Amino acid sequence: MTSVLYDAPGPKAIIRSRVISVIGAVVIIGGLVWLILALGAPKVSANGAVQPGLWDASRWDVFSDVQVWRTLGQGAVNTLRMAAVAAAFALVLGIVFSFARSSETKWVRIPATIVLEFVRGMPVLLMMLFMLLVFSTGSFWAGVAALAVYNGAIIGEALRAGIASLPRGQREAGLSIGLTPISTRFRIEFPQAFRQMLPIIIAQLVVLLKDTSLAFVVGYGELLRTGANLTNFFGSRYAFSFFFVVLAIYLTMNLLLSWAARIIARRTGAKAGGVTLTPDEDSDLDGAPGLVGAGGPTPGQGR
Amino acid sequence: MDAVIENLPTFLEGFRNTLALLGIAGVGALLLGLIVAGLRISPVGSFRGFATVYTEIIRNTPLTLVLFFCAVLLPYLNYQPGYFTLAAIGLTVYTSPFIAEALRSGVNGVHVGQAEAARSIGLTFGQTLSFIVMPQAVRMVIPPLINVLIALTKNTSVAGAFFVFELFGAARKVTNVRGDEVLAILLAVAAFYLLITVSLGVIAARVEKKVAVLR
Repeated sequence: MTSVLYDAPGPKAIIRSRVISVIGAVVIIGGLVWLILALGAPKVSANGAVQPGLWDASRWDVFSDVQVWRTLGQGAVNTLRMAAVAAAFALVLGIVFSFARSSETKWVRIPATIVLEFVRGMPVLLMMLFMLLVFSTGSFWAGVAALAVYNGAIIGEALRAGIASLPRGQREAGLSIGLTPISTRFRIEFPQAFRQMLPIIIAQLVVLLKDTSLAFVVGYGELLRTGANLTNFFGSRYAFSFFFVVLAIYLTMNLLLSWAARIIARRTGAKAGGVTLTPDEDSDLDGAPGLVGAGGPTPGQGR
Repeated sequence: MDAVIENLPTFLEGFRNTLALLGIAGVGALLLGLIVAGLRISPVGSFRGFATVYTEIIRNTPLTLVLFFCAVLLPYLNYQPGYFTLAAIGLTVYTSPFIAEALRSGVNGVHVGQAEAARSIGLTFGQTLSFIVMPQAVRMVIPPLINVLIALTKNTSVAGAFFVFELFGAARKVTNVRGDEVLAILLAVAAFYLLITVSLGVIAARVEKKVAVLR
């Protein structure tokens, strides 16, 4: 690892850092093994009954039942379905928001700005409750609507920043060859902004997929709710087992999507100059190669 | 409207709990995030690997799952310090990798030339860090840190679904009793959240303007 902060390590320093690294690895692995063993040890509760450890076969035998897997699969499909529908609406809303927000007429621009600020400052969960109670939609549409509005607002801001970061000449050239302002926006500015902001938009869609789990609270039968229901059905003995399986499914879905986002970011987003907008919370795309070369040369966010 | 005024004490109690959660989890996540960021940029390979795996796993786990684990599964392991503490632990753990990433990107964002220049005029490692790199990194880190805190404010609402009585919990309780004024009640709760997030946003903008360095 190269770093300008230190002198290049000599033979002694190299050996020392190897030794520390090995010791550190042993400590970390030892800690994890201890944790796994501690969780696996049978527990004696206050009344003298012995509970089997977490890795005991009696806690995992439900998974030989195909029906359990089918139910979990249904939960995963429900999660993905909500994410897909919400993502489609969020993209459409984002485009509408970005146009309203950068409109020439202030009767459109100012209300749009206020609405966007309001939406971005609100918890998604509160919005779901709002949709559920005020419009008495089902839990599915409450979740979809809240996720679409919230993520649409963030995608809209990203697109607006993308449009604002284009050189002025693009718009002027479009107008000067006789396109109308709207046509210029659609055919000249928007395609470029969308491309430039694609990494941020996809990172936001990962956040959206994660946030579908909030629909658990309003009672939608997504993955976590399915796991909780199965726990209720088979007994709390299996609570951990179901949780770990649900967690594993979520991690697989999210890591795959993040990974795809990173590849797309590497392909398209390398030259996003002067744009300082990070997605809501999950700015996954590492910073530019800097002082401490741990990040690796992934494309910069230009922070 | 009178449903809001009648239940103002309930909302204020929820607001206090939201602020307490925000404060405790914010400070905890800052400390934990500092440690993770330190591990992440350390010269020791195994620490770096551990911190990377930790960050990736936590960031790709939905917050609902983290809090579900804290509120529902930890009590099975005979760990029962009360739901508020459990939610604070969950929010701390969930927020720490985001803090760590913000810190790390701040240090990484300082231009390499700065450190090279410092080294070339003969400053030591400690001097380079404390006089050249850190003053610039801290400035760059504050706005993204505030953004993480804004996200944390909104995330505290999830704790309301796991038996903690904060603003979202208050909203649920009051709407259960006063089903006729749902709109006013939810707008009032939204106003409380906006009070926190908007003021944090104003602080962020002001700090950003004040400490901006030409790069």
